[in-house]
Amino acid sequence: MSSNQETIQGLIQDFQGIGIKDRLMLLLEFSENLPVLPPRYAEHPDLLERVEECQSPIFLFVEIDESKHAHLFFSAPAEAPTTRGFASILHEVLDGLPAAELLHVDDDFPNKLGLAEAVSPLRLNGMRAMLGRIKRQVREKLAA
Amino acid sequence: MSVAIDTTSAKFAEYAHPEVLVSTQWLADNLNTPGLVIVESDEDVLLYETGHIPNAVKIDWHTDLNDPVTRDYVDGAGFAALLSRSGIKRDDTVVIYGDKSNWWASYALWVFKLFGHEDVRLLDGGRDLWIAEGRELTKTAPEIVPTEYPLIERDDTKIRAYRDDVLAHFGNPLIDVRSPEEYSGERTHMPAYPDEGALRGGHIPSAKSVPWARAAAENQTFKSRAELEAVYLEDGAGLKPGDNVIAYCRIGERSSHTWFVLNYLLGLPGVRNYDGSWTEWGSLVGVPIIKGTEPGEAPAPRR
Repeated sequence: MSSNQETIQGLIQDFQGIGIKDRLMLLLEFSENLPVLPPRYAEHPDLLERVEECQSPIFLFVEIDESKHAHLFFSAPAEAPTTRGFASILHEVLDGLPAAELLHVDDDFPNKLGLAEAVSPLRLNGMRAMLGRIKRQVREKLAA
Repeated sequence: MSVAIDTTSAKFAEYAHPEVLVSTQWLADNLNTPGLVIVESDEDVLLYETGHIPNAVKIDWHTDLNDPVTRDYVDGAGFAALLSRSGIKRDDTVVIYGDKSNWWASYALWVFKLFGHEDVRLLDGGRDLWIAEGRELTKTAPEIVPTEYPLIERDDTKIRAYRDDVLAHFGNPLIDVRSPEEYSGERTHMPAYPDEGALRGGHIPSAKSVPWARAAAENQTFKSRAELEAVYLEDGAGLKPGDNVIAYCRIGERSSHTWFVLNYLLGLPGVRNYDGSWTEWGSLVGVPIIKGTEPGEAPAPRR
């Protein structure tokens, strides 16, 4: 098992190991810890891609560094804590991964966190959509 | 026990039913009034936890008001359980507020009305106005004393429309409250919102397009009666007193806001919310659809 798979497994255990209300609280903690945008994106929101499938506006951007590792940047308003929480989980799981490894992350892992009961399956769609867009950006940037 | 109504607002007094709204100041003065329960209902399921009006309880439209299996609202037993654990008695005054111009708060109020809860009001301006005015928020959950809310069967006949009701309704006014792009059929869901899925785009024949937010002012309060009349009556969508109106959107939430406006603020009786809305109509086999910006002709009613 790669270290990333271990991170995901650990996260699934963290969420699944607690009750529904506590899962919401854990998601809230994630939302509070979403890293702030570095100035180069904060000042250039046009560089970020809007995730249309999310209920609240969220923007994301992927960078691939010289060693082909992926770095993720998100921007979502404080009034959208659920969306921020989803972004923060993705950041924890994906940020800094080798791009090739990121592309192999299980597309279905958002469904395995047990969040559907806590936030509703419809809201969870936004997280899967973010993951899909991150992978698409990674593919495009690797091909460029 | 019902709490005295808010008589402090000249704007409210103009509405057909001024008793269904309270101002932020009124609520601030009544935070601890016995017989009053404050409910927050937001689009974002975590927003309440980031800070809420003191003593407010949370009711979520997805996880509390909808049945987890069937596409429907909770039944009588489910509603009784929800209100009991929320500390609400049948004769309590309930003030609901939420994000986005009370869009989801209106939806919650509409569901409360399916169960005939008598005294339910909205906080005019909702969560955002309360915050903009610098009023108190807390993360402290209120101490809830569970109640024994009676088992009341849901009444779907008066303010709720099903698809067959819509087919039988042709010839009477329909209001489509979605965005212009959804109405014309350019897209099947709201810009930047999740796609709950509809196989076809467009609108129900003869429906007039009046996006729901035209009823809301900049500061998220409801517009004045005169402004609302300009939007919905003769010079606007052409509704008349006595009209039998059905409003719809995508899943019935935005149209709850319009239902609230037509029913309580303009006093049009007989307004129903078609909560199946476009996610049902746009996937139904064999129902008529119009594409483009014109309402189109109403087909013969199907009964």
